[in-house]
Amino acid sequence: MADTLTRTHPLEAWRTAFAALSEELDPGLAIELAPLTTALDLRVDATGVFPFADVLGGPLPTAPNTWTPIRDGRAVWLGPDEWLVTSTTASGPRWEDEVRAVAGPHRGAVVDVSAQRTGVRLRGRDARELLSFGCALDLRPASFPAGSCAQTLLGQSGVLLLADDDGGPALDVVVRASFAGYVAGWLLDAAEELRPLPHNSDQEGDET
Amino acid sequence: MQLILCPHCGPREETEFCYGGEAGVPYPDDPSVLDDEQWARFVFVRANPKGAFTERWSHAAGCRRWFTAVRDTRTHRFLDVESIGASQPPTTPRR
Repeated sequence: MADTLTRTHPLEAWRTAFAALSEELDPGLAIELAPLTTALDLRVDATGVFPFADVLGGPLPTAPNTWTPIRDGRAVWLGPDEWLVTSTTASGPRWEDEVRAVAGPHRGAVVDVSAQRTGVRLRGRDARELLSFGCALDLRPASFPAGSCAQTLLGQSGVLLLADDDGGPALDVVVRASFAGYVAGWLLDAAEELRPLPHNSDQEGDET
Repeated sequence: MQLILCPHCGPREETEFCYGGEAGVPYPDDPSVLDDEQWARFVFVRANPKGAFTERWSHAAGCRRWFTAVRDTRTHRFLDVESIGASQPPTTPRR
């Protein structure tokens, strides 16, 4: 019976509002819902070796505030002994068992947290400025390049920010599902600042 | 508002952190022999120096790790921070 249930994005109700805003502010800013992912929280002693490359399809990042691409997903540094690994294709329970089989002998812990977080993806030249309205981190590309991540506050909500580059700079805002509505509303409200003035519609010079 | 240097994440805004009280308060060797006053003293009474004070702080909105910080209580300036636990040596913050 469970097979007939389909996952719904926690921000599905905001999809049309994001699409309308993106169309209006194109090409300065685009907001879209990040795809649903399977996510595991992996905790293991960082001083040991990392035998996870096979089961994850890539290495765990060891540098703080970075993430690395793995098979169909990401491995995100959350703490000195904690990572968030995501996949758009893996089955949660089976992947959890597979990773736990590797982490267990190293006294690691693996928990399926797929339902915990959801996210939106920001593109465009104004994406970093939009976040800077409510986030104290220096998000300029020089200090927050692609491959960076940070757990911080956006407005009143804790978020995980991920800088990516998929044919252009992109920022993923990953947020706990119960705070997602707040963050979505905050983003739409903050984007009001980016609307061009009626008499000042310069649309030239976009090379994002 | 000031930036606090998280031993793991690097400098972050003060609002991301939680205060955890005085660090290094020794747990009684044999709690069962303490009378009520001694137990209350262990639980509630803390040093209140004017100057450098060693405290626990938690990077609540970031890596969620506890660490030890030395703060000057007169100026609220952070003088030093270090991570807790030998099994987790401080990682070099990237920023």
